[in-house]
Amino acid sequence: MSIKLENINFFYSPDNAFKKHALKDINLEIEQGEFVGIIGHTGSGKSTLIQHFNGLLKPTSGHLYYDNSNIFDNAYHLKKLREKVGLVFQYPEHQLFETTVLKDVCFGPKNQGLDEKSCIERAGEALKLVGLKEKYWDKSPFEISGGQKRRAAIAGVLAMRPEVLILDEPTAGLDPRGKNDILNQIKKLYQETKITIILVSHSMEDIAKYANRLIVMNQGSIYFDDTPRNIFKRYKELEAIGLAAPQVTYIMDRLRRKGFDVSLDAITIEEAKEEILKFLGRDK
Amino acid sequence: MGIIKSNNLEFEYINHKEDGEIESVNKAIAGVNIDIEKGDFIVILGHNGSGKSTLAKQMNAILQPTRGSMWVNGINTKDDENLLNIRRMAGMVFQNPDNQIIGSIVEEDVGFGPENMGVATEDIWKRVEESLTSVKMLEYRRHSPNKLSGGQKQRVAIAGVMAMKPDCIILDEPTAMLDPNGRKDVIKTVTELNKAAGVTIILITHYMDEAVFADRIFVMDDGKIVIEGIPREVFSQVERLRELRLEVPQVTELAYELQQAGVALSDGILTIDELVEELCQLN
Repeated sequence: MSIKLENINFFYSPDNAFKKHALKDINLEIEQGEFVGIIGHTGSGKSTLIQHFNGLLKPTSGHLYYDNSNIFDNAYHLKKLREKVGLVFQYPEHQLFETTVLKDVCFGPKNQGLDEKSCIERAGEALKLVGLKEKYWDKSPFEISGGQKRRAAIAGVLAMRPEVLILDEPTAGLDPRGKNDILNQIKKLYQETKITIILVSHSMEDIAKYANRLIVMNQGSIYFDDTPRNIFKRYKELEAIGLAAPQVTYIMDRLRRKGFDVSLDAITIEEAKEEILKFLGRDK
Repeated sequence: MGIIKSNNLEFEYINHKEDGEIESVNKAIAGVNIDIEKGDFIVILGHNGSGKSTLAKQMNAILQPTRGSMWVNGINTKDDENLLNIRRMAGMVFQNPDNQIIGSIVEEDVGFGPENMGVATEDIWKRVEESLTSVKMLEYRRHSPNKLSGGQKQRVAIAGVMAMKPDCIILDEPTAMLDPNGRKDVIKTVTELNKAAGVTIILITHYMDEAVFADRIFVMDDGKIVIEGIPREVFSQVERLRELRLEVPQVTELAYELQQAGVALSDGILTIDELVEELCQLN
């Protein structure tokens, strides 16, 4: 699988006074097996961008290819694309509606036309992938905790066996453990199934820990597209557009100025610890 | 007695069956004793479902105790005669900015509170101007709230509370839905209201870095306050906080990990400055 965007421009309300140029000349390609983070402040175009990936929004100009086929060709089957590119919106638990968790997760595959047995099989598989134990499957989605609801909602998309999973701030409003649990589960899913992950986040710390590529959006354009490590080194440019590097980057930078020979490559706590111990000569 | 005080406070959510019979009882607050001094900046931490929001709602009598008592400025929240008075003294800001703005332009929204209190029209406009100034949103007074960013909307919501001249503002995860810039602005705003206007702040959050500069932190679990102290004391309990589904700021965690590996650092390091300074002394 691959998603390719060529010179994409998108305008909201193109014909009236509220016209807004939300995406400006976007060119990018996402390959099978990438774990891509997307960051940018409110209004930078993140959500507009991800809604192009599965054809929910149609660009005002430019082309979008999925596996080299133009998805806005008349003959292209957009419904099939949306099964392959699963999109989990913000606060997805607000979209739970069935009487049991299992039935809710079955909704996607049922719409794909699968028989009941296969639906249940798919739903069970998806619920296991998000780490929701069997004792919750027959409960009402409204009597489980916030973190569990969120998992159930993600399972609802996974049950369609997408090739790409897009998550728009999947941990907003969860407590720190709930947040880490969900992100670790997504990482495990990524490693086990080789699914492509696109994660929209406000947390540089989370991006540093999980993503192997980072796209930074600013005012409708791509500002950076590189590994998180390379981008965080340019933290001054990030600050210029109202973002910041993870706290760890600032710690390493300050230590370097004080004469510590530590590398700015360290972007997680684990890496920073190794670097500092190595410098202090206590790594053995 | 402080501005917010509770004594053996308990609260139960009761589910009724259709015929009125009690189906289940969920004890959300199980014996809380707090005493918050006027002018303090308090942070309440705790995992989802630990009872934080229920406790917050007790502080301005949206909910009343099942057992025990809660006082705001010395007034018992069970005193129904004084409900409006309590809600004026203790204003509340919620998580979702879109659920708490009702006016079609910013200044009307901010004026809604004082208008309902029967403040004279002239005075209302004065209060609107003052409170929008205090949250640095005066230039947006004639804007539509729809066109504001999340952080700006929250600041308008805070101005709406300020216009009622409260003694205390309770904020229930006001930054959960905001981007980093919006978060920073909201925290800066409440910090300034606390320092400049002396408003008591009670901030509920999942972001540990917002708790670093608090006067005191309360950590909740299972409807009880299980840790209470200044940030340094609280954040030095790294393992205990992890057990409670929480974490510590990144710099504190790094310092803790280095400590575990044998580097002689102090407990509960809270800022980059502190960590860098201590490491320099070791080198």
